[in-house]
This record gives sequence, structure tokens and C-alpha cells, in this order.
Amino acid sequence: MLDQIATLGRSTLDRLASAGRSGQMLWQSLVAAPTPVVMFPLLLKQIYFIGVLSLVIIIVSGLFIGMVLGLQGYTILVDYGSEQAVGQMVALTLVRELAPVVTALLFAGRAGSALTAEIGLMKATEQLSSLEMIGVDPLRRIVAPRLWAGFISMPILAVIFAMVGIFGGALISIEWLGIFEGSFWANMQNSVDFSGDVLNGVIKAFVFGVVVTWIAVFQGYDCVPTSEGISQATTRTVVYSSLAVLGLDFVLTALMFGDI
Amino acid sequence: MSMHNSSESIIDIQGLSFSRGTRKIFRNVNMEIPRGKITAIMGPSGTGKTTLLKLIGGQLRPDTGQIKIDGEDVHRLSRQQLFSLRERMGMLFQSGALFTDMSVYDNVAFPIKVHTDLPDDMIRDIVLLKLQAVGLRGARDLMPSELSGGMARRVALARAISLDPAIVMYDEPFTGQDPIAKGVLVKLIRMINKALGHTSIIVSHDIQETLSIADHIFLLSDGHVIASGTPAQLLKDDTEQVKQFMQGLPDGPVPFHFSDDDLLQDLYTQESPNA
Ligand SMILES: Nc1ncnc2c1ncn2[C@@H]1O[C@H](COP(=O)(O)OP(=O)(O)OP(=O)(O)O)[C@@H](O)[C@H]1O
Ligand SMILES: [Mg+2]
Repeated sequence: MLDQIATLGRSTLDRLASAGRSGQMLWQSLVAAPTPVVMFPLLLKQIYFIGVLSLVIIIVSGLFIGMVLGLQGYTILVDYGSEQAVGQMVALTLVRELAPVVTALLFAGRAGSALTAEIGLMKATEQLSSLEMIGVDPLRRIVAPRLWAGFISMPILAVIFAMVGIFGGALISIEWLGIFEGSFWANMQNSVDFSGDVLNGVIKAFVFGVVVTWIAVFQGYDCVPTSEGISQATTRTVVYSSLAVLGLDFVLTALMFGDI
Repeated sequence: MSMHNSSESIIDIQGLSFSRGTRKIFRNVNMEIPRGKITAIMGPSGTGKTTLLKLIGGQLRPDTGQIKIDGEDVHRLSRQQLFSLRERMGMLFQSGALFTDMSVYDNVAFPIKVHTDLPDDMIRDIVLLKLQAVGLRGARDLMPSELSGGMARRVALARAISLDPAIVMYDEPFTGQDPIAKGVLVKLIRMINKALGHTSIIVSHDIQETLSIADHIFLLSDGHVIASGTPAQLLKDDTEQVKQFMQGLPDGPVPFHFSDDDLLQDLYTQESPNA
């Protein structure tokens, strides 16, 4: 019994300590970001790796999810004779929920795991130590550009996801199910509110981007520098990010749309 | 904080203790590393030579005691000050630790690019000279994954000296080098030291090479400095421990084995865990 309490205490302390370290890492790398001249090329490179290379998976997933939404929406709405509203349903579901959440989950799997593994391997091969000994702070040089690239890429990816998804929904509804094009788009335009829906969706995406990138970079930076340690850290990145995204999504949704 | 004040020692280690978990790596170690000389740190594998270099570089924190470089306590500097101190130090890592996303050329140019405003063609000249010095000018366009182990360490050495730092720490510079390269590196290290008057610290197991270039040697074992002096003094030392190490004898007071449990007993405990 005493042993269990001790174990619980120790793991709680470990977790608190690691939360503290991650906060410290985030703070130090954001305040100590390199000068714009140095930062800009590093940032572009990371946006390419984190953002541009995630485009394929985002576009393909967005397209299929949009098409499925169109189909499902139609089969439900047609019973009530309101299949003209399918455009509205597809757009609202995507913009408010699916685009930020699914993009964040895909982002954690595609970019987050890669970030953790890359930084972890740099640590294991003493590249981070040798940067330090050259007199370059790895938090500035390695961590900061990756954090910013994640913060910037994630909302853009979510917007792209939503646009492609709406296109997929339109494709199915108009071309295949034969819904009148004018009412599909008009319904959507009437019901989707810019600040209420689009902006809130982008805010969600940004928050998820911050959380996922932060977790990914910290897990790499703090990992045990062995192959086992890196593999565990990569797994933790995907698990923690997914849980954090889903949990935060509930909180944000309650805050944004809860009073309706 | 000038590197050129003229006191005898550039690095002053007082009462240093350090442990990894429950294992004490250093117990109350005192060392003074003379300015402008080549100092060798020797000792059995696993005594903490690499750890000592990392303590000096401020990457690890001692439990007690202090390390002063030019009078500045390394572990009391702010993060910013520590990084600017390190600009004046070069370190060759035991593993090489090249940046795997950059070519050989960019690896060597990296410290110069981040710490100076030199124009590109001047950087190019410096990099090519450093690569020439380690015999790898022709390898400048290769990526680290395309180098052999010995070549990678020589590139790492070129990177460590690319800014002509006032203190260079070499962690096993001769390991994995053929006899010709060893000879070249010995000359190079001596040249860096004599021509620029810089302080060099070498960790090495290669007794011949080390004796031939070191001005001063510290012999570490079991958390202590067991002997120190010039190569001639150490060769004459007739303490058992020192003789054993300098002559490479397998048996003697310096333990070859990591822990000194009796082998037979260890083998038998498998059969009868409660014995
Ligand atoms: N990251 C670490 N965590 C825990 N213990 C470590 C770590 N690194 C080294 N040690 C321990 O510290 C001791 C000293 O290690 P160090 O690498 O300094 O030895 P060394 O003298 O450089 O050996 P070698 O000549 O083989 O390079 C070793 O016994 C090792 O077990
Ligand atoms: Mg070592």
C-alpha cells in the first residue's frame, strides 16, 4: 500500500517535472528566437517539411471526408425532403469540427512524429550537444523554427482541408446526386457565418497546431537518447497529441458554440 | 574577461564531485590546466574523461566544486554568457557528431557562419585550409553518411578548430585513424598549439601519440587524479597503478572490469539465487 502511494507520488512528480520542463522549453525557445535574418530561411525550410509535405495526405483525406459527408448528409436529409440543405451541412461540419480536428490528428501522425524522431535522433547522435559547444543554442536554432513552422502550417492546412472537403461534398451532391447547384451554394452561403464559424474553426486549428507541435518537439528534445527512447517518444507524441486535440476540441466547442 | 591574461592556468578545477545516479564518477578532483600547453587526460575506459570534458564545457553540472575558465565559474554564468564563452572553445566529440543534414563543407563552415560576418569567399578559404589540414579537401561535397568513421572524425576535428578557438578539447582524436593519419593529426594538434599559442586538452588511450605531444598529463582512475606530471615524470613513476597503465599490463591495481564482483560468484548466483 505504502509502495503504491510512493509510486503514485513519484510518477506524479515526474509528470509535473516534465510539464515544467516543457513549459520552460517553450518559453525559452520563443523568447530566444533567432534574428529574422537567420530565422527566415530556417523557418521556410521547416514550413516546407512540416506543412508542404503534409499537403498530399491533407488533400486526399479532405476530399474523401467531404464526399462521404455529402453522401451521408443526402441520405439523411432526403427523408425530410430537405436535401437542398446538404451544402450547409457539409460546410458547417467541416468548418466547425472536422477540418480542425482531423487535420490535427493527421498532422500529429505525419509531421509530429517526424519532428520527434528527428530531434530525438539529433540528441542521440550528440548533434544537439555539439551545437551547444559551438556556442549555438539548440532551442533557438533547432526548436524555435520548428515550433513556429507548426504554428503557421496547421491553420493553413486546416483551411485547405475544409476547402477541399467542401469541393468533395459539392462533387458528390451536384454531379452525382443531382442537387441543384444554385441551392447547394446559396444554402451554404446563407448559413455559414464568417466570424462565428470560419474564424472559430481557424482558432481551433491554431490552438491544435500549438499543442501538437509543442508536444512533438518537447518529446524529441526530452527523450532518452537511445533507439528505444526515440521510439517511445514518437509513440507518446502521437498518443498525447491525439488525446489533447480531442479533449481540447470539446472544451473549445463548449466555449464557442455552447451558448447556442 | 580576457582570454589573454597571463596567469599560469587557464582552467582551474577545484573540489569537483560528480555522480551519475548513485555512481560517483568524480570525488573531490582538483586540476589545473596550464595555458597555452597541450594537456592530456588519460585513464581507463569509463573513468569519466568524456564526462570531465562535458563538465568543463558546461553541459553537465557538478554536484559540488567549481570549474573556472579564465577566472569565470562556468556553472554560474547565465545561459547567454555560457554560449558566448563556448564560442571561444572547440570540442571534438568522441562520436564526431557531425550535422547529418549538411555537407562536409557546410559542417566546417557552420561555426564561422554563425559567429562571424566574414564574406563567403573568405569563409571558403578558411574551410578549404582546415579540410586540407586533415587531408579531406577532396571530400568537401560529401554528406556525413558517405564518410568512413575515421574520415568523419577528421571532419569533426576540422569543424572544432575552424574558428581557431582559444581552448580546444579533443575527445579521442586518434581513435579509428590509420598510422599515417595519426601522424598527421599529431603534427596538426602540435601546430595549432605552437603556432597560435592555444590551449589543447586531449583525451586519449594512444600512449605513444599522447606521450609524444603532451606537455602535461593527468591520469584519472576511480574518481581521482592518481598521477600528474610531464610524460617523462609519468614514465619514471613507479607507483603500481601508473606503471600498469603506462605499460598496458592487464593485471594490477587498476581494475579492468566495470564492477569487481567475483566472476565465479556471479556465475553461480544464477543457479542458486539465495546463496
Ligand atoms: N548519460 C549517462 N547516464 C548515466 N551514466 C553515464 C552516462 N554517460 C556516461 N555514464 C557513466 O559515466 C562513466 C564515465 O563515462 P565517460 O563517458 O565519461 O567515460 P570515459 O572515461 O570517456 O570512457 P571512454 O574512454 O570509454 O570514452 C561511465 O562509467 C558510464 O557508465
Ligand atoms: Mg569517453
